[in-house]
Amino acid sequence: MATYSTNEFKGGLKIMLDGDPYSVVSNEYVKPGKGQAFNRVKVRNLKNGRVIERTFKSGDTVEGADVSELEVQYLYNDGFTWYFMCPNSFEQYSVHETAVEEAKKWLKEQDVCALTLWNSEPLSIEPPTFVNLKITETDPGLKGDTSGGGGKPATLETGAVVRVPLFVQIGEVIKVDTRTGEYVSRVKE
Amino acid sequence: MSWQPSASTSVLQQRAEIINQIRQFFLKRGILEVETPLLAKTGVTDPNIHCITAEFELLGTSQIETCYLQTSPEYAMKRLLAAGSGSIFQICKAFRNGEIGRKHNPEFTMLEWYRIGFSYQDLMQEVDELLQLLFNTGKADRLSYQQSFINYLGIDPLTASLEILAQVAKLQGIIIKAELTKDDWLNLLFSSLIEPKLGQEKPIFIYNYPASQAALAAINQEDPRVAERFEAFYKGVELANGWHELADAKDQRERFQTDLIIRNQKGFKAVPIDENLLAALQSGLPDCSGVAMGLDRLFMLLFTKPTIQEVISFDYSRV
Repeated sequence: MATYSTNEFKGGLKIMLDGDPYSVVSNEYVKPGKGQAFNRVKVRNLKNGRVIERTFKSGDTVEGADVSELEVQYLYNDGFTWYFMCPNSFEQYSVHETAVEEAKKWLKEQDVCALTLWNSEPLSIEPPTFVNLKITETDPGLKGDTSGGGGKPATLETGAVVRVPLFVQIGEVIKVDTRTGEYVSRVKE
Repeated sequence: MSWQPSASTSVLQQRAEIINQIRQFFLKRGILEVETPLLAKTGVTDPNIHCITAEFELLGTSQIETCYLQTSPEYAMKRLLAAGSGSIFQICKAFRNGEIGRKHNPEFTMLEWYRIGFSYQDLMQEVDELLQLLFNTGKADRLSYQQSFINYLGIDPLTASLEILAQVAKLQGIIIKAELTKDDWLNLLFSSLIEPKLGQEKPIFIYNYPASQAALAAINQEDPRVAERFEAFYKGVELANGWHELADAKDQRERFQTDLIIRNQKGFKAVPIDENLLAALQSGLPDCSGVAMGLDRLFMLLFTKPTIQEVISFDYSRV
């Protein structure tokens, strides 16, 4: 794998730190007129998503991480392993539960997700930004209340719970933003 | 790629006005404006400052001379002082290799001036007058380098061990895995934890830097642990660096040689020592203090622009 100087760090570059793969979030060059230059770098751990700050002597080098991203279709799960398939190569990927922790509550069969591979091993799954899911459980709202004020919790077919307006009913399909976990709109089937 | 300037026309107009104002400030005081070479046959030995080199070729021959774009006009200006110029100022470009970031562009505009018979305290006063004129702020604060560490970090930078400095950095959330010298640690702590907090209301001077960071400053007679060097900060940005000039040619040569040893340890190329400067000091430099101010940084603050690129006609990415 290539090595990178701290001066080449820019958003999205994948590097290895302490044995873990990281993605560079931001890089600030700090240098007193007279004195050693440093780079204060924010990086996101690709295993757990945590963002940390690291300081480097400007010009120090680190190893790049062999990380790639791939579009895959979600097939099914057996409770421990989630199965995905690349629609172009038909290659299947089995992903351990820990790597789908954040994404699994949004996943419905056939959905297209982004799979991150590290050294060719699945590292994490990112769900589609918007998903359409059916409501399986929610309190009956007041008929005719279309203001949307207040809201109530609703359980979706995948098990996720989101806040929805009072007028939304069981059996309806809604669009949800998976980045925020917020209700967007009703979807006519 | 973009052909368009990185600064707006209105910023360029304001720049021109401020530069004119600065020029008037010095002309009113009877200080001579000078120009000195940006292309020279020697560079700077400072282990943390790197010259951009250029090649001069005598056409039709195989003679090529390596030249150095000046990182500040200091050496040439001191030769003028030694030759009897009296107090002088200059507004020019300066070049620093590898320096690029929100507050750095490899080519930038510098204001540098020297005052004969001024102590570094007198010169701080004059820098303050210029800043008050430009920023419309009150009299600047003054704080010693030592006191700034005591106030912000609770440690004495002059006596703290390497271990203490590393520990303070760690406690403040600075994670770094590199071999650092004591001065590197001090620079890291200062620029990460102290500098951003300095001069929020009005400019502040930090003075009496450790003797190990004296650069070309005279050592304080009463407290030889510190050098008669100061820096000016406003809104967390380093604006100017000045000192009471070291006039002793022998001491200056030793400092150059120490620099070259450190450069070698850090794996940087050696640079020829400027023998002309040493000869000028040998012949006699009048007692004086000098200061350099980064004008692009000043413009960033005056026009409230978050990046240096927005106050430069064409930043490095567009040249």
